[in-house]
Amino acid sequence: MALIQFREAIAQAMAEEMARDDRVFLLGEEVAQYNGAYKASKGLLDQFGASRVWDSPISEAGFAGLGVGAAMVGLRPIIEMMTWNFGIQGFDQIVNHAAKMCYMSGGQFNVPIVFRGPNGAAHMLGSQHSQSFDAMLTNVPGMKVISPSTPYDTKGLLKSAIRDNNPVIFLESEMMYGLKGEVPEGEYLIPIGVGDIKRAGEHVTIIAWNKMLHVAMAAAEQLVSIGVSAEVLDPRTLQPLDEELIFSSVRKTHRLVIVDEGWDFAATSAQISDRVQRECFDDLDAPVVRVNSLFVPMPYAEDLEHAVLPTAERVVEAVKEVLYVG
Amino acid sequence: MAAEAKTKYDRDFLTSVYKEMAFGRRFEERVNQAYQKGKFAGFCHLHIGQEAVCVGVQRALRPTDYMISGYRSHTQAISKGMDPKSVLSELFGKVDGCVRGKGGSMHMFSKEYRFLGGHGIVGGQTPIAAGVGFAIKYDKKDDIIVCYLGDGACNQGQFFEALNMAATWNLPVLYIIENNQYGMGTDFRRVTSVDRLSKRALAFDIDNSEVDGMDFLKVYEHVGPIVAKMRKKPKPYLLEVHTYRYRGHSVSDPAAYRTKDEVAQFQARDPIATLGEYLKKSKVASEEDLKTWDKEIKDRLTEIEAFADASPKPALSELWDNVFAD
Repeated sequence: MALIQFREAIAQAMAEEMARDDRVFLLGEEVAQYNGAYKASKGLLDQFGASRVWDSPISEAGFAGLGVGAAMVGLRPIIEMMTWNFGIQGFDQIVNHAAKMCYMSGGQFNVPIVFRGPNGAAHMLGSQHSQSFDAMLTNVPGMKVISPSTPYDTKGLLKSAIRDNNPVIFLESEMMYGLKGEVPEGEYLIPIGVGDIKRAGEHVTIIAWNKMLHVAMAAAEQLVSIGVSAEVLDPRTLQPLDEELIFSSVRKTHRLVIVDEGWDFAATSAQISDRVQRECFDDLDAPVVRVNSLFVPMPYAEDLEHAVLPTAERVVEAVKEVLYVG
Repeated sequence: MAAEAKTKYDRDFLTSVYKEMAFGRRFEERVNQAYQKGKFAGFCHLHIGQEAVCVGVQRALRPTDYMISGYRSHTQAISKGMDPKSVLSELFGKVDGCVRGKGGSMHMFSKEYRFLGGHGIVGGQTPIAAGVGFAIKYDKKDDIIVCYLGDGACNQGQFFEALNMAATWNLPVLYIIENNQYGMGTDFRRVTSVDRLSKRALAFDIDNSEVDGMDFLKVYEHVGPIVAKMRKKPKPYLLEVHTYRYRGHSVSDPAAYRTKDEVAQFQARDPIATLGEYLKKSKVASEEDLKTWDKEIKDRLTEIEAFADASPKPALSELWDNVFAD
């Protein structure tokens, strides 16, 4: 096993897939000579050269579309969005073109493309640099959405995403790029659509993904001191959701808290909550409680930002709520 | 024994060109009739009047070249090689449609003939075309891609982003603006800062020119050298073709924004009639021949329509096909 950073997991996944298949190339702002705004593509230009690693102009709509066209005729682009806040400039190409091309062409033109980049808040970046786009992106048929929380999950899932013959959205996080974790020495892949129990428990299921997974794990640690054993479930893929894993966990614990960085209205956690109440109604001993960002544009001031985002303390309160304890 | 032809062109070539343009005209007229009879619904944008453009351009291409367009593309698809039976069946929403009824008028696709749609987002096809050019260059091929767009699309932001990337990276994309003067009901001069759309190229140092799109020979003779040059030295080109649609923007547009005089002026330069006069003068065909061919075309269209009528509707089970590729 090797101990690597989240950003290194991304770079390794891309390098391995680019070495394996010359159809794969990386394109985005600052990905080549700068080695990536967050160094997620460090070393790739040196290893593969300028024909495989491309610095783009600041044209998200344009280069998202360029990726779609290249994918339609046989290349396998990885398009980096410096952050998904900018990535929404490319929503037309992602939603209207990439996600629909296979269907509306009767299966003649599939689009094996990965759109990847950091999602959600970092630290004091203000309202235009702090949004979580899970809800919008999972709401579109024709593309897959992955949001990993560890270097291990990231490397295995990014490799699978690159090998998938469909558009895959890969959501990372600026705050986790430095996070270290163990990965196997040899090659491994993690299947898309399969979740993971990060911490087994009995009294409550806490579903969380991306950087909220670590908030949930911190809450689970705190809950030990009041005798609560929390099961933490990381779906890893948001679209499609590993519903069977979710339902089996809820049937075991009978209580569900979801920690979702997105705003609560029509969030991914709202989808999960609805599916659980529909399929596990008789297994629930309390309503599903969600811990989301407060429904405001992200403020800049540190304490204000801290109040918006889910914290371990808020998760502990939510668990107490579903357990009906004080 | 046919009289000796007085033209530098092969008589079979001219004959086939005439028939192809005439077929395109009658096809679109038949499509309009079918729509008015209620055989299909939704959007339908006719290419009537613009036949010299699609045939003139197509004759300068070879089968391995790619083509992408907006939604006024039935005849472009047919000229590219697609079977008119599959185009009409698609309009009727039947399984023998080129995309099995999943696309309709705006989404004709053919992998075999390298026709990449058929797109409903104005200008959305322009960066996709750049991506195809990128892929052609990636593999060091000397194919090109033709990207059709309208005068309206020339103001879409993605188009500028695509032009910039195509120029910066020398991508073999022939952008052809079919300037029929109106984006839906808006005279392009009311909403465009320049009077000549070829000037759009100047901001990017892209080679550009204009041509009269009401005359097949002018289009064909103009495009041939551009394509030949692009194969030798890949770089983008912007061609503004002056043309005119005799009908409204779509079948539901009465085109009240134009005068009858304006329409008549362009009809006086009808591309099919113009080539017909040329054929007669050059002794390639007689008036009798033209009438005979027109009848043959109409008979063929009756057969095509019967085929589309008889084609079955897609089964409900097909609803779920091709959301994803395997």
